Amino acid sequence: MTGFKWHRRSGASVATFTAFEADLLRSLAGQLIELLRNESATSRPQGDALEDLLDFSGPTTEPDDPVLARLFPTAYPDDEEAAGDFRRFTESSLRDGKAGAAAAIIDTLEEAGLPPEPEDGLFIDVELDPQAAMTWMRSFTDMRLAIATRLGVEEGDEEYWASLPDDDPRAQVHDIYDWLGFLQETLVQSVH
Amino acid sequence: MSTSPVELDEPEVDDVTSLARPWVTIVWNDPVNLMSYVTFVFQQYFGYSKSKATKLMMEVHVDGRSVVSTGSREEMERDVQAMHEYGLWATMQKADA
Repeated sequence: MTGFKWHRRSGASVATFTAFEADLLRSLAGQLIELLRNESATSRPQGDALEDLLDFSGPTTEPDDPVLARLFPTAYPDDEEAAGDFRRFTESSLRDGKAGAAAAIIDTLEEAGLPPEPEDGLFIDVELDPQAAMTWMRSFTDMRLAIATRLGVEEGDEEYWASLPDDDPRAQVHDIYDWLGFLQETLVQSVH
Repeated sequence: MSTSPVELDEPEVDDVTSLARPWVTIVWNDPVNLMSYVTFVFQQYFGYSKSKATKLMMEVHVDGRSVVSTGSREEMERDVQAMHEYGLWATMQKADA
């Protein structure tokens, strides 16, 4: 586990992942894409009235899934109508942007040589220009928000997670969350 | 376009600044986002200096929220959408609310 470093000569953020790490990252990115496309991002017309048929707009109410509700917060907390309008005009493109960022991570890993079923001993080198680094940072954030929401992570609860036995699945997921935080931190430092 | 033949009275405005810049974008604290990342986003998106971005990040961290930009309603909707792209928890409201 080495994280990202700034490579002066190429002007890029570089990292080397083990096959296990790269495969895990690909899997997390894939799950994020699935989540973003799972719950419909568009409101389905209810009838065949002209205005329903011409309704190509996005959703107006907060997603049911708490992870999606965190990824797409309500912009106007005290104004339901304005909040609905904002959501209608932004949520679909926000979803596309987040799914696109996760897909970019998968593409980069596979272009760097990650096979469908990687074997031990394989290392994957990635090199991110500043724009790609920003895309990865945004997607690391989305993955961390998703995991934290599922686990119920709160401010200053590190001791609780550290106290769980190693074979507790929640502890293992929290380890992945910490790892993503480490990658995020080193990536931010590498471009700063 | 022609010049007006009569002199028009300018409408009187009580508080010019609040009419011109009536909305704010607020970023709220969350237990997930890294301090370094939040600072970086404020620098990257708003073009703020490192010290201004750090100050705003600390307000979010310590006070639980910070006003990160001020402007028209349309401008603030763009800023809120951008903050959501970056995974920050942002809302908007009238400046005096």
